[in-house]
Amino acid sequence: MQGAPVTRKGSPWYDPKIRGYVYQALLIGAVVYIGYAMISNVSQNLARQRIPFGLDFWDTQAGFDINQALFPYTARSSYGDAFWVGLLNTLLVAAFGIIFATILGFLVGIARLSKNWIVAKAAMVYVEVIRNLPLLLQLLFWYKAVLEPLPRPRDSIAIPGGALLNNRGLYVPEPVFGAGAGLIGAAFLLAVFGSIAFYVWAKQQQAATGRIYPIGWVSLGALIGLPALAYVVTGGAISFNYPAMGGLNVRGGITVYPEFIALLLGLTTYTAGFIAEVVRAGILAVSKGQWEAADSLGLPYSRTLSNVVIPQALRVIIPPLTSNYLNLTKNSSLAVVIGYPDLAQVFLGTVLNQTGRAIEIVGITMAVYLTISLLTSAFMNYYNQRMALVER
Amino acid sequence: MNVSANASAYVQAQSLPQLPAPSSTKGPVHWMRANLFASPANTLLTLVALYLIATTVPALFKFYVFDAVWSGAGRDSCLSDKVGREVGACWAFVGDRLQYFIYGSYTQAERWRVNLVFLGFGISIVWLLWDKAPFKSVGFLFFFGILPISAWMLLYGGARAEFWFLMAGFALLAWSIWGDLSAARKGEADVFTRPESLLRYGILAAMLLFGLYVQFGPGELPVVETGLWGGILVTLLIASAGIVCSLPFGIALALGRRSKLPIIKLFSVVFIEFVRGVPLITVLFMANVMLPLFVPQEWSPDRLLRPLIGVALFASAYMAEVVRGGLQAIPRGQYEGAMSLGIGYGKMMRLIVLPQALRIVIPGIVNTFIGLFKDTTLVTIIGIFDFMKTIEASFADPLWATPTTRATGYAFAAIFYFICCWGMSRYSISVEKKLAAGQKR
Repeated sequence: MQGAPVTRKGSPWYDPKIRGYVYQALLIGAVVYIGYAMISNVSQNLARQRIPFGLDFWDTQAGFDINQALFPYTARSSYGDAFWVGLLNTLLVAAFGIIFATILGFLVGIARLSKNWIVAKAAMVYVEVIRNLPLLLQLLFWYKAVLEPLPRPRDSIAIPGGALLNNRGLYVPEPVFGAGAGLIGAAFLLAVFGSIAFYVWAKQQQAATGRIYPIGWVSLGALIGLPALAYVVTGGAISFNYPAMGGLNVRGGITVYPEFIALLLGLTTYTAGFIAEVVRAGILAVSKGQWEAADSLGLPYSRTLSNVVIPQALRVIIPPLTSNYLNLTKNSSLAVVIGYPDLAQVFLGTVLNQTGRAIEIVGITMAVYLTISLLTSAFMNYYNQRMALVER
Repeated sequence: MNVSANASAYVQAQSLPQLPAPSSTKGPVHWMRANLFASPANTLLTLVALYLIATTVPALFKFYVFDAVWSGAGRDSCLSDKVGREVGACWAFVGDRLQYFIYGSYTQAERWRVNLVFLGFGISIVWLLWDKAPFKSVGFLFFFGILPISAWMLLYGGARAEFWFLMAGFALLAWSIWGDLSAARKGEADVFTRPESLLRYGILAAMLLFGLYVQFGPGELPVVETGLWGGILVTLLIASAGIVCSLPFGIALALGRRSKLPIIKLFSVVFIEFVRGVPLITVLFMANVMLPLFVPQEWSPDRLLRPLIGVALFASAYMAEVVRGGLQAIPRGQYEGAMSLGIGYGKMMRLIVLPQALRIVIPGIVNTFIGLFKDTTLVTIIGIFDFMKTIEASFADPLWATPTTRATGYAFAAIFYFICCWGMSRYSISVEKKLAAGQKR
């Protein structure tokens, strides 16, 4: 190293650094120009069509009703309220869908690897059929071909437990909280926390001594037993308002609308097909030696699965599982086709139709979904970091 | 110690014939024991599964095959009180409306144009997907260049379409000749006479001759407005527009995302993550209601073009992630080898990295395409008459209003989508196996 200055030969055009600057400048120029052109076009088009721009419609009276709302909503409520109703409905169906799809997906995924030939084949057929048909078709099938032909309210199907099912929905008993109901709630909370504490303690004991405690049975007993005890002590503080026929319709109870049922069924069965494949791949990724080691220790199949294989498989399963949850949430926007009042149907459909504010409404809707997606992937990255194999 | 051959009568002189294996280790009984009735729990599962199968499968067959009505002229042939027997699926309805499901309301007399496009589409699919098909590069030119332009001209028709069709044809021809000339200048022999070039020029010449014939011949093709298009035609159109646009855009975005230039990387990441973070429906709504606001009034895109743009954008982002996976799988040595030879970025990617990267991600590309194909059904929401929508619309027809029409229509749609998607997934699995075999060596 003499410290001699590097002399460049040839034209600067062949300097990758300079080229890089040029390309990036060109890209910025193009984006800025397109952005400018779009904004000026929008302002011209809006002015010509006499559509104002802004969020002033947010507090305007909406004037349409929504049958399923998680907080009091009437036709007198504002567009903003309609937005929140839609968003909450999206989150509601997504939450239920995620829970059920996970359960069904794990069952089907494990069934695909079952040694029982017929169970494995049935699971395979399920996965192949579900994954190769459009979700929209499946939703229409559930809504129009399964739920619509159900009997009229007059001929409702009685489901054991006091629920009624007809073509207007599922009517489930509504709990009525009397005096002392708080005690039952407290007992339930106590059972939940007690179970968690017992779980932690039992795991520590297992790690220390190798003794296995019946966590499942104890927590199940606590979760049912404590509230039941409180129920008896308070003398039946919670009663149920059972749905019953009244006139031409069912009265009482909580109504679960057919749109919700169809969307939930469709999303659950569809996503479960994908989750099943994720679970299967995750289990297959656990090396065979782990199975054999568990076998040689004499662990029964269920314990091998739950204590040896699945904990290791989860590391492979969780990232694609999260993206399936995300897909389910995004797919819930297909509610539009069956009229379930989710964010897409209420806001992107009805509110957009009534106000004509395309840019604001599409923008807000996209921002909501984008936020959900980014939050989920942030959580996933955090989880991945925690779960990643510590390599030494 | 005196055991010899002649010694005692109770020693067997020759070996006995082998007995068949006991039935508990071989044969159907053993198989059933091992695979169906291994343990009580297993037996219970088998019985439950058998019960479920026994309750559903025969009922489905009864409804869709044995009790089905296969021909008839109207709803009366599918009503049980008119026919006098139990009536299952009404396939007569599908048979009657099949033309509508394929072409939508496309003008009757002009449907040969659609058939021609279907033919070209079929040829190019076989050409590209079949491993041993010759002249793949011409196939790519055909599918990504000639077919989209020709299809648009054929399907739409009219003087304006034909003019642009001719221009595009000449442009492709000029581009092709220019490429061959520059190859010849570099010393490659027989660039114009090898079979590949002959085929390419043949196809281009046929395209141009057809265009010239239509332009200056006896009469131009009448315009068929896009509002009349429908059915499988539109489904295939959206799906193939998605794949034709998403591959190049997806590759560009993937390269951008892995670029060292921060601004290019930033824009690529923002675009990809934004599109992947929102549902397709919102993108379709954006294309449908926002796009016309973004462009000058006179450019306002056609109603069918809007979802095409939306689907293409959407698919590009997903394709970009698939391609990025392939790019990441290419070992650094390949990049470094190319750079040490002094090859520039464009050539390095085109000749060394991308051919390897795209090869490994063929299964991923096909899977993305399956998703895209299923997602084309969403355009029904913004009022485009794709295959799904034509079926749904037919249910409103009083001529075929029977209790079983809907179940039949959905079954037909399911069969169509299943065959397409399942076929694609089989193809991707076979490619995956072939690639894995190549890796093993």
